[in-house]
Amino acid sequence: MSALREVLRRMLFMRRFEEAVIALFERGDFEGHYHVYIGQEATALGALDAIPPTDYMYTTHRNHGHLLARGADPTGLMAEILGKVGGLVGGRGGSYHAAWPEGLVPVTSALVAGNIPQAAGTALAIKRKGTDQLVVCWFGDGAVEEGAFYETMNLSAMWKLPVLYLCENNSVPAPYRAMGQYPSSTHAARSLTDVVAPFGIPGHVVDGTDYEAVRQLVTELAARCRQGDGPQFVEARTSRWPGSYGLWPAQTGGPFDVRWVWEPAGAPEEVREWTASSDPIVLLGQRLAAAGQLDPEGLSQLDQEVKGEVATVVEEALAQEDAPAAQTLAHVFADR
Amino acid sequence: MPTMTYAEALCQSLLDTCEAEPNLIFIPAAFGGLSPHAKSFAPFYARFRDRIYPAPISEIALCGIGVGAAIAGLRPVIDVLSASFLYQGIAQVVNEAANVHYMTDGKTRCPVIFHAMQGVLPGEAAQHNRCLSAELWNSPGLEIVLPASPEDAAGLWKTAVASPNPTVFMDHQLLMGMTAEVPAHVEPIPFGQARVVRSGRDVTVVATLAVVERAVRAAEQVEASDSISVEVIDPRTLVPFDEETIVQSVRKTGRLVVADETIRSCGVAAEVVARVQERCWGDLKGPIQRVTLPDVPIPFSRPQEAVVAVTPEKIAQAVRLVARYQ
Repeated sequence: MSALREVLRRMLFMRRFEEAVIALFERGDFEGHYHVYIGQEATALGALDAIPPTDYMYTTHRNHGHLLARGADPTGLMAEILGKVGGLVGGRGGSYHAAWPEGLVPVTSALVAGNIPQAAGTALAIKRKGTDQLVVCWFGDGAVEEGAFYETMNLSAMWKLPVLYLCENNSVPAPYRAMGQYPSSTHAARSLTDVVAPFGIPGHVVDGTDYEAVRQLVTELAARCRQGDGPQFVEARTSRWPGSYGLWPAQTGGPFDVRWVWEPAGAPEEVREWTASSDPIVLLGQRLAAAGQLDPEGLSQLDQEVKGEVATVVEEALAQEDAPAAQTLAHVFADR
Repeated sequence: MPTMTYAEALCQSLLDTCEAEPNLIFIPAAFGGLSPHAKSFAPFYARFRDRIYPAPISEIALCGIGVGAAIAGLRPVIDVLSASFLYQGIAQVVNEAANVHYMTDGKTRCPVIFHAMQGVLPGEAAQHNRCLSAELWNSPGLEIVLPASPEDAAGLWKTAVASPNPTVFMDHQLLMGMTAEVPAHVEPIPFGQARVVRSGRDVTVVATLAVVERAVRAAEQVEASDSISVEVIDPRTLVPFDEETIVQSVRKTGRLVVADETIRSCGVAAEVVARVQERCWGDLKGPIQRVTLPDVPIPFSRPQEAVVAVTPEKIAQAVRLVARYQ
């Protein structure tokens, strides 16, 4: 349980980090479209805690949570989002293309399904070199609508490539998260796991708000992948945070309040139902509280620590210079 | 020096590079296409079968697999066969491979090779005849290689395999049977060095790929009929582009014709013209002429096909036109 308390602390850090991102955007500290991971924190942590840092990872436009859970430097990520010189990729990529090449997150395509064949290609390289690595490939349910997804499922199944396809379906109502078929308004299949079945790729559904369930499933699938069984497909189901309903993230209902763990009904109406049924922080906090591992005072203290850490991250990132104009033309090509 | 076909020289280069680079793989491999000279690649298929992945018709996935495999240390060659088919995978070429190094601030390299045959073939009509050099040139981050002779095919291939960047290597089905003397051991030919195919005093002709040889025939025609001395220059790579060799030639001749099989509007010729006028305004004796495909899809009918084709006769006509300016 003390390990789960640490998980809660990391989830809280991700939440406060992204609340800070929204606030920075709203006061004009950076421009451009961006996406937050609020409500999906348990999925990234559960999956990546099951994967060693020697495995590759490909993420998407919604990458903040994946990169933080992977262990990327938060100040580097915040600086990247702000276009600063000390960003993970020098301020070149922004939120869309934040990546961590040193941490085997080689590049981030922000195009839906753009990363899926790339992950398969890296898995082909692994297979050819004969190491026991694998590739984690994150994408959203929208990627299952793209042609590149189907071509890559076929190829990776034929070639038995060591890839874990982690599909995050972040639009599932709470009652459907853990089981059963859930139809999508934009897909004819009854369930996303049905889509990979004809390719012989095992498909698994997991409640993406449940850290332990995700971690256990990914641990098991990673072992199968490393044995040479070929790709695995996971649909991790979460419920969309109301702040991500619109085209732009919004701090709907105000910042998260740790007291909602004990009293979700106290959350503002716009987020009340989601908080009670679907917020992974609330759900885990309630479990820890029920087990006597967490009390309001303890969580409040934890939150103050986390807020302090995030404030430092923001301060340090904002203090950096913008990626300089003089470097604009650099790195179109690599030197021979 | 031994005489070899373009296909034989390229095959020898494939053998040499596979020998030297154990990470060089091919997904799939169909060199020579429908040409009778495709059989010249038999030694490569026989000796390096384990480097070749037969693959489904899945260009977008294959191009992306090339990106991911290159990032992780392989030297993948994604063979899309015809340049026209590159459109099926184009997102992974122009919007993924081309951007990887830049988007990561120079931290990640993506040395994938996309191989295709490019150029207009008789009877192939609108959808199988597309020439993509200009579209690709409009996507910063890609090296573009257009070998027009047996030795260039062999030497430029070696440089492509050693390149740290995404490279589009486009040969031409009609060139597969071209013969020339080729050194027994071909050295890598650096990118960005144009070849002066033929020296001349009066008119410079810049041409690419299969059009280079047509430009030489045009030069021979006008020299015999009109005593016009023509210099023919093949840039060999569009990216990097050897502007200097062309500028030096135009400063000498004062007249330029650009001949290429991309579409006229925003085509390769248009870009060459723009660059030359920026640097040679005072040296030019008259307007520059382009010989290109017109702004029309490629028709199937023979008489219609003849209207659009880039031929030695059309190049000769353009040379005569510019030669009138003094």
